[in-house]
Amino acid sequence: MPITEILFWVLSTVAVLGAMAVIATKNAVHSALFLIITFFAIAGHYFLLNAHFLAAVHIIVYAGAIMVLFLYAVMMLNLGKDAESSKKTLFKFAAAISAGLLLLALTAALQQNEIQQTLTTNTEIGTVENLGTSLFNDFLLPFEISALLFLSAMVGAVLLSKKNLQ
Amino acid sequence: MIGQPSSESLITNLQSPITNMPINYYLYLSAILFVMGAFGVMYRRTAIVKFMCIELMLNAVNLLLVAFSTVWGQTQAQVFVFFIMAVAAAEVAVGLAILMMIYRNLKSTDDSILSKMKW
Repeated sequence: MPITEILFWVLSTVAVLGAMAVIATKNAVHSALFLIITFFAIAGHYFLLNAHFLAAVHIIVYAGAIMVLFLYAVMMLNLGKDAESSKKTLFKFAAAISAGLLLLALTAALQQNEIQQTLTTNTEIGTVENLGTSLFNDFLLPFEISALLFLSAMVGAVLLSKKNLQ
Repeated sequence: MIGQPSSESLITNLQSPITNMPINYYLYLSAILFVMGAFGVMYRRTAIVKFMCIELMLNAVNLLLVAFSTVWGQTQAQVFVFFIMAVAAAEVAVGLAILMMIYRNLKSTDDSILSKMKW
């Protein structure tokens, strides 16, 4: 078994177990920490898929920025232990059954796919050079629009979290 | 430099992709991660953990996009992942601000209290 295959299985196991722990733990802080583990496993997958720059950006944006924001929010909202009220058993069953049905439908759809391709040996697609060329040539307008999106999100966040709007 | 790999072989080792891994494995891994995110959104009560599960679903889709970009040797899918990350960051900033406001008014982010928001 080549090393990349072993890495694939290890990273997949870590990602799925981390995702399970996010759902299973009662404490919201623990959920956030387990989600960081899952994000690191997914970043490892990006490395395996030769998307090195994307892996770095993923760690910086998700584990660095978004999860820090989540942890601050959890701690400021004081959502420690036992903050969660117990849900009715009926709702838990309904959630489990509908999630299972979704998984069933997805796997049934994926089983019929015709893609028997394995991954290419082209290692050049994930480089900064290629991504930057594509981003600033083909996707220049969406790039600028995402800048507007960030500006409006920043204004909205500041406006929403102000105490007295008048 | 005895016993040390030459820099050339080191670079090829670093850049060697998973050539023998079928794309189906990535399809199933993404499906499992997506379904677990959806299950978390339905199962958990705290609104902030629901947000985390939405991030999980977005990441499942990102992983699949990167896998497909590697299969077909196209850069566009990875640029798309950039935009998904940007939208996720903006969404989290605004969503957490809304949650803060709800908590300030209702002293809770439990979705049984938030159910009074229905139309």
